[in-house]
Amino acid sequence: MTLDQLILAFITVVNISTPILLAATGELVVEKSGVLNLGVEGMMLCGAIAGFAVTFVAGDPSYADSAPWLAAAAPWLGVAAAALAGLLASLLFGFMTLTLGANQVATGLALVIFGTGISSLIGTAYVGIAIQSFDSVFPDALVNDPIGKLFFSYSPLVYFALLMVAAVGFFLNKTRAGLVLRAVGENDLSAHSIGYSVIGVRYLAVMFGGAMSGIAGAYFSMVITPLWAEKMTAGRGWIALALVVFAGWRSGRLLGGAYFFGLFMTLELYAKASGFSFLPSQFWASMPYLMAIIVLAAISARGRGGSEAPACLGKPFIPDA
Amino acid sequence: MAIITRRGLIQSAGMAALASPFINKGGWAADETLKVGYIYLGPIGDFGWTWAHEKGRKEMVAAMGGKVTADYVENVNEDQSATPVIRDLAKSGHKLIFTTSFGYMDQTLEVAKEFPDVRFEHATGFKRADNVATYNNRFYQARAAMGVISGMMTKTKTIGYLGSFKVPEVVQGVNAYALAAQSVDPSIKVKLVMIDSWFDPAKEAAAAETLTNLGCDVVTTHTDSPAALQVLEKKKLYGFGQGADMSRFAPHACLTSIEDIWSPYYISRAKAVLDGSWKSGDTWWGVKEGSVKISPFNKALPAPVAAAADKVMKGWADGSYNVFTGPISDQSGKERFAKGAVMEDKDLGPIDWYVKGVEG
Amino acid sequence: MRIWLEKRQAPSNVMQALTPVGAVLMTMIVGALIFWAIGYDGPRAVWDIFFTPILASYKWPDVATKAAPLILIALGLCLGNRAKIWNIGAEGQYVLGALGGASVAKYTQGATGGWIVPLMIVVGMAAGAAWAGIAAFLRNRFRVNEILSSLMLVYVALQLLNYLVTGPLKDPNGQNFPQTAPFTAAQRLPHDWFGWPFPPGLYLAFALALVFWLVMARSEYGLGIRIVGDAPRAARYGGYSQAGAVWSTLTISGAMAGLAGVLEAMTQSGQLNLGFPSGYGFTAIIVSFLGRLHPIGVVLAGLVLAISYVGGQVAQTTVHVPSATAGIFQGMMLFFILASDVLVRRRVRIEWGGAAKSAGSRA
Repeated sequence: MTLDQLILAFITVVNISTPILLAATGELVVEKSGVLNLGVEGMMLCGAIAGFAVTFVAGDPSYADSAPWLAAAAPWLGVAAAALAGLLASLLFGFMTLTLGANQVATGLALVIFGTGISSLIGTAYVGIAIQSFDSVFPDALVNDPIGKLFFSYSPLVYFALLMVAAVGFFLNKTRAGLVLRAVGENDLSAHSIGYSVIGVRYLAVMFGGAMSGIAGAYFSMVITPLWAEKMTAGRGWIALALVVFAGWRSGRLLGGAYFFGLFMTLELYAKASGFSFLPSQFWASMPYLMAIIVLAAISARGRGGSEAPACLGKPFIPDA
Repeated sequence: MAIITRRGLIQSAGMAALASPFINKGGWAADETLKVGYIYLGPIGDFGWTWAHEKGRKEMVAAMGGKVTADYVENVNEDQSATPVIRDLAKSGHKLIFTTSFGYMDQTLEVAKEFPDVRFEHATGFKRADNVATYNNRFYQARAAMGVISGMMTKTKTIGYLGSFKVPEVVQGVNAYALAAQSVDPSIKVKLVMIDSWFDPAKEAAAAETLTNLGCDVVTTHTDSPAALQVLEKKKLYGFGQGADMSRFAPHACLTSIEDIWSPYYISRAKAVLDGSWKSGDTWWGVKEGSVKISPFNKALPAPVAAAADKVMKGWADGSYNVFTGPISDQSGKERFAKGAVMEDKDLGPIDWYVKGVEG
Repeated sequence: MRIWLEKRQAPSNVMQALTPVGAVLMTMIVGALIFWAIGYDGPRAVWDIFFTPILASYKWPDVATKAAPLILIALGLCLGNRAKIWNIGAEGQYVLGALGGASVAKYTQGATGGWIVPLMIVVGMAAGAAWAGIAAFLRNRFRVNEILSSLMLVYVALQLLNYLVTGPLKDPNGQNFPQTAPFTAAQRLPHDWFGWPFPPGLYLAFALALVFWLVMARSEYGLGIRIVGDAPRAARYGGYSQAGAVWSTLTISGAMAGLAGVLEAMTQSGQLNLGFPSGYGFTAIIVSFLGRLHPIGVVLAGLVLAISYVGGQVAQTTVHVPSATAGIFQGMMLFFILASDVLVRRRVRIEWGGAAKSAGSRA
């Protein structure tokens, strides 16, 4: 493989990994606070359609005269809309699990089903439409440069994802607020007795997770393929959930894990294209999932007497009061 | 018996069902107007496979004047849930029903047994009955034109094919594409990726990107979304649209598209039912009968290339061109068809091997 | 004025039974409003989704066809869910069950005899159980969360289906299409039983529901499962092994899903192809929750969900709602029932500044 081919392959891996990284970063914060939100896939789809629709409407040429800035701002508005859509979806989950104390696993699943359905319903009006892809904002010279493209050819969302991973890591480990959030996830009753609002902290975490999932969904409809198709996230939300466990609930490992997954997904396609018929193509297609299971086993098995999951993960908070 | 009104398909069936739970099969009085039913795999707005059938349906209704009305159901999954839908169409007075995807095969046959006086037409299938016919389209003929275009436009001598499943229709397309490109330059290689889906935009985009990373500068797709074209547009490479004119998604990259023209067949079948000459059978039409065409070329396509592609299409129409003319060897190098030998429908129908030069 | 939720002394039985009904009613009302707001004939859509399949008797076989696998799978799931062991991979186990049956079919192509069908069923159930067993093994040995492992295995199962129907199990007379050879008459089960057009899976589902009910309510095993779920620490003291519960509930639910899969293949399609997985494994999760993890509730919930599927198709043709509609209604039903769960465990209390008055004291 030439250097150029390696660079291109790397860019493809980044493209595939980024939405998973975005969603997983959000879910990491949620789970650190002790909540298990399985509804990532549904929130991503809500974000995907919201981002697409707003970008399309804002980018409509008929506004060019009255509001010329709208066309340039369209994708940013789209991303904001996607984050909002994901956040609203997560609020539904939050209300049910945090305020009403409903079962988190079931509620998360309900969110997946409902989110998928609602996005499909809203999306029927947007099938067959194309928008501008939310591409790199760097100048063409850098984007096309043989070495430069390795750093500059990505959509702003890629850099956003990397930034957020670092920010979340810093937040959780180096700030007081992050410490509170982790405490809420490890021992909610103690945190409550010290005076922290467990429910309040968890609501904020859930909303952050929702917004990130929404943006992850927008990556599909605005960057990878600037069009809308029902269920277009094709199960990546579930991989994001696996990724959080993969990473042992540590943000640093999230990045490596995301690219690991992306690498295997890309490997499948390369193997097929190269006619690597040594093993059946379906084996390659299962590789990402098999690897997920293997790594899950390796990671979960260690850890002192149990997994590194936050102790209160998935349990409703029931104060004695 | 409840009176059949024109109001809506389940409405009439539903009302009849409520009035008399056990509907008398085939008990309608012969009507002057023929009601035709369609079930579609995807949404009519998909600008691909389903959209083309819907276009055919609309053109048929327009061409037949007031003699024919047609209803459709979209987004019908290719599993057991299709059976009640087909059955509802048959129950509510539709005498000619088109099931427009391979995965409806057994369901169509099952319902056909219950309604011997209703005629069914199953697209791209191979199982028939007295009241079930099959029909297909020679998409590969257009792929040959694309192969010639690709052969003349490629600089890397490597072109790509984004496929869905290893079914005969796709294999025919791959082989036609490869053979046509090789007729321009025998050294051209075709890289093939099957993504095991007819429609998965993210995967299509990733696969297209992989193909271009590996050196393909022209890629044709057999999957239904424009995702691959969007990738090609970004990379300033070339590609083709599938099922409908996809130039809006990739104004520079899309050189032309395959268009499925179903109305000639739909019109002929509706006519056959009306004049009583309808018979089961297998129909496999192509360019000659007007079922396949390619969209207007991209303005940037050089004239000699456009002319060569036109020549291919004309050759199919008047019978002077057949891309599947020997010598044809398979991937292992074994010669399957000698020089001058022409592959016939019986060879093409179940084909499962790729020609030499196809990788993947 | 203050409104708050007060924990009840004991979960209200009346509410347990009423809330699913309330959830369905709320779904109908809210659903009609949502669709009306978007521009469809909302009330008509709800009518077609929930009532037409009940009133139009020619739809009953369709409802039964959909309900049978849902109930079968959900029965197995509710056992595990009671123990707080979450099998999300039932869809994969369903496919494995069908593959097991299809493999037997391939090797008994020319044979006849009444032993073939039972053999297919047994192998199918074993295949489903084994697939779920992988998740159980991973959980017991490596502490891998069964939600994720069983889910990842679904994707692997789909690839396995793909591989087998395009390779070893492919129909030699099938024009190279990815499907198995059609099952012979000795390998199929009739559609209609006892004079009614309902599949055998439905009767089996009813019978097994009673079995599950007895086991869960009356047997030592059932007690152990419930304790493991409600009070894991007490379970340890009482000698009820969590690892044992993991094994048994996952393999049983895997076997049930496999049973549903092989029955579906034998009664409905008569062959396997890539379109076989219909999502029953995931929908069954909703069914088990809607049925309050109780076998009889699961039967009713399975019927309700089957009705919503069949009705969703009807609504597509009459009101032209998109195919995503059924999913929206199903999600709503689940939301409402989960939300109304709170009324089972807690009581609404309203204090009107001054004397505290409990509003709507529920039994």
